[in-house]
Amino acid sequence: MDYFDIFVSIMGSAIRLSIPLLFTALAGLFSERAGIFDIGLEGKMLASAFAAACVAYWTGNAWAGLGAGIGTAILFSLLHGFASITNRGNQIVSGVALNFVAAGLTIVLGTAWFQQGGRTGQVPPSGRFSAITLPGADLVREVPIIGPLYANVVSGNNLLTYIAFLMVPLSWWVLYRTRFGLRLRAVGENPGAVDTAGISVTWLRYRALIVTGFLAGFAGTYLSIAQSAAFINNMSAGKGYIALAALIFAKWKPVPVMFACLLFGFLDAFANFMQGKSLPLIGEVPVQIFQALPYILTCVLLAGFIGVARPPKAGGVPYTKER
Amino acid sequence: MNTASVPLPAWINYGVIPLLNLLLAFFFSGLVVWAIGENPFDALQLLLIGALGRGEGIGFTLFYTTSFIFTGLSVAVAIHAGLFNIGSEGQAYLGGLGAALVALALDRYVPWYVTMPFAVIGAALFGAACAAVPAWLQAKRGSHVVITTIMFNFITSSLMNYLLVRVLIVPGKMAPESRTFLPGGQLQKLDWLISMFGGKLGAAPLNFSFLIALVMCFLVWVLIWRTKLGYEMRTLGISPTAASYAGIPYAKTVMITMLISGGLAGMMALNPVMGASARLQIEFVGGAGFVGIAVSLMGRNHPAGIVLSALLFGILYQGGAELSFDMPNITRDMIVVIQGMVILFAGALEYMLRPAIVRAYQKIGGK
Repeated sequence: MDYFDIFVSIMGSAIRLSIPLLFTALAGLFSERAGIFDIGLEGKMLASAFAAACVAYWTGNAWAGLGAGIGTAILFSLLHGFASITNRGNQIVSGVALNFVAAGLTIVLGTAWFQQGGRTGQVPPSGRFSAITLPGADLVREVPIIGPLYANVVSGNNLLTYIAFLMVPLSWWVLYRTRFGLRLRAVGENPGAVDTAGISVTWLRYRALIVTGFLAGFAGTYLSIAQSAAFINNMSAGKGYIALAALIFAKWKPVPVMFACLLFGFLDAFANFMQGKSLPLIGEVPVQIFQALPYILTCVLLAGFIGVARPPKAGGVPYTKER
Repeated sequence: MNTASVPLPAWINYGVIPLLNLLLAFFFSGLVVWAIGENPFDALQLLLIGALGRGEGIGFTLFYTTSFIFTGLSVAVAIHAGLFNIGSEGQAYLGGLGAALVALALDRYVPWYVTMPFAVIGAALFGAACAAVPAWLQAKRGSHVVITTIMFNFITSSLMNYLLVRVLIVPGKMAPESRTFLPGGQLQKLDWLISMFGGKLGAAPLNFSFLIALVMCFLVWVLIWRTKLGYEMRTLGISPTAASYAGIPYAKTVMITMLISGGLAGMMALNPVMGASARLQIEFVGGAGFVGIAVSLMGRNHPAGIVLSALLFGILYQGGAELSFDMPNITRDMIVVIQGMVILFAGALEYMLRPAIVRAYQKIGGK
C-alpha cells in the first residue's frame, strides 16, 4: 500500500470518527452560546444512542430510531433546563448528574430488556443508516488522486454524515442570520439586556436547549445505528467530553467547530493506524499521546498560547430576574 | 411572592431539605427498579442487609466510604473557594502512582507503618501535581477550572495507561498492573476495629486509610473554619471582589486551594492501591472522583456532612453489589442510576422544594 492509499483510508476513518463529535459539539454550541454550560453532552449522546438502538431493533425502522434518539436527548436537555434554568441549580452539577443517570440507566434497562449484559439486540439492516454511494463514485475511482478521495472519503458514508456537514452552515445561519440566533447569543452574553428588551430569558434558553437535544440526538443515533448495529455499554466512551473540548478549541464558533472536530477525529484515526507501527526518525510513538492530544491542545489554547478562547460571558450563571 | 430571600432555620436547611431531596432521589430510583419488574422495597431491604448485615458487609461499606470521604473533601475544599474541581478522578488516579512508587521502593526494606507516611505524602504530592496546571491556568490565565480539570482527567488517564502498559507492568504478564506490593507496602487491615463491635472483617479490605480519612476530615474542618487561609478561601468563594478589596491575593489562594484539593483526592488512592489490591491497577479509581461531587454536595461541603454522605454512598455501593447477586435482573449499575438521581435532586435541584417549604413554614409557625 503506498502512502496515498494510507492517507485516503485514514481520512475516511477520520470523517467517520468526527461525525459524532461534530453533532455533539454543535449541540453544545447552542446551549453554551445561550449561557448554559453543558457537561451533560456525554450523557445525552449515550442515552440517545441507547434509545435509537432499542427502537430501531423493535421497529426495524432507522427513522423511528432517529426519532427516539432525538426525543430522548431533548428530554435530557429539558431536565437540564428544569434544573438549571427553572430551579437555578448549578449547571455543572446538573450535567454531571445527567451523565450518571444516562450511564446507569442504559445498562440497567438494557440488561433487563435484552439480557445481554447491557448490549441491545442486533439491529436489522432496515433499522440502520447504511452507506450511500454518491453518483459517479465508481466512474471516477480510476482518476488519480481525486478519484480515490471522492470514492472513499466523500462518497460511501451514511446519510447522517452528510446531515452533520449540512448542520454546520445551518447552525451558522441560525446563530448569525436569524432573530432567534441574535437573541440566543445575546442571552449568553447579557441576559439582563435581553430581559429588558421584553424577551423571556427562560423561554429563549429552553429553546436553545431543545436545539441542543435535537443535535445530540443525531450524535447518539449515529453511534448506535449508523456506525454500528447495536448499543454497547458506555458506547460514547468520552466522546461527549472530546466534543466539549472541540467546542472550546473552536472558540464557540460553528465553522471552526467543524475543523476542530475533523482534527480530533483525524488524531483518533491516526492513533488507531499507528497502533504498533513506528515513525521514521522518532520510532514508535505511544498511542496514548494521540489520545491525550485533543485535551492537551485544548488546555494550551485555554492558556491563551494560541489566540484567546473567550467563553460566553453569562455562561454558568443562573439568571435571576430582579423583583 | 419571592421566597428566595426568606431565611429558614438551620434544621430545615441542613436537615429537612436534604432529607426530602434524598427521598425524591430514592423514589425515582425505586420507579426504575419497579419498571424492570422487581419490588423496590425488597430491593431496598436486600441492599441494607448486604451493606450493614454482617461484619464483612460493614467492612466493605466502610472501605468504599473511605474513598468517598477523600474525594468528597477534595471537592468541598475547592468549593469553599468558589472553585469547582471535577478533576478529583484524575488527581486520585495520579495519586495512585505516587503511592505505588513509594510502596514499590520501600516495601522490601521497612514495615508498613514506616512506608505509610511517605506513601501519604507521595499520593498527596502526585494528586496535587495533577491539579497544579489547571490551578495555574485558573489563577494566572483565567481559564475555567471546570474545563481544564475535565481535560486533565483524560490526560492523566492516557498517561497512566501508558505507564501501566509500558513501564510498570510486570515483564511477561498480560494484565496492565504493577507488581504486588510486599506486606511492607500494604496498609494494615482494620480487623481489630470491626471485632471491637463483635463482627468479623473477613475478606473485606477495610484498612488503615479509613483512619487517615477521618483525620483529614478534622484537618479540613480546622483549615476551613479555624485558620486565616480558610477564612481567605471562604471569602474568595463568597465574593471575589470583596476578597480583592480585603487584599486577599487571588492567584495565590486559588493555587493553594487547588493543590490541597488535589492532594486530598490523591490520598484517596491509598485506600484501593495500598489497602486493598496491593498493586497499581488500571482505572482503579472507578468513578470515586465523581462520586466525591455528590458526597460533597449532600454533605453541604462540611466534613461532618461529608462523612455521613460518604457512608450513605458506601452503603449504596456495597449494598448494590450484594443486591445484584440476589436480584440478577438488577445489575450493579443500578448504583450509578441512584448516584445520578442523588446528584440531580440533592445537587442540581436543591432549591426545587424550597419555595414550597418556605410557604409551609410560614403558614405553620413563622411570620
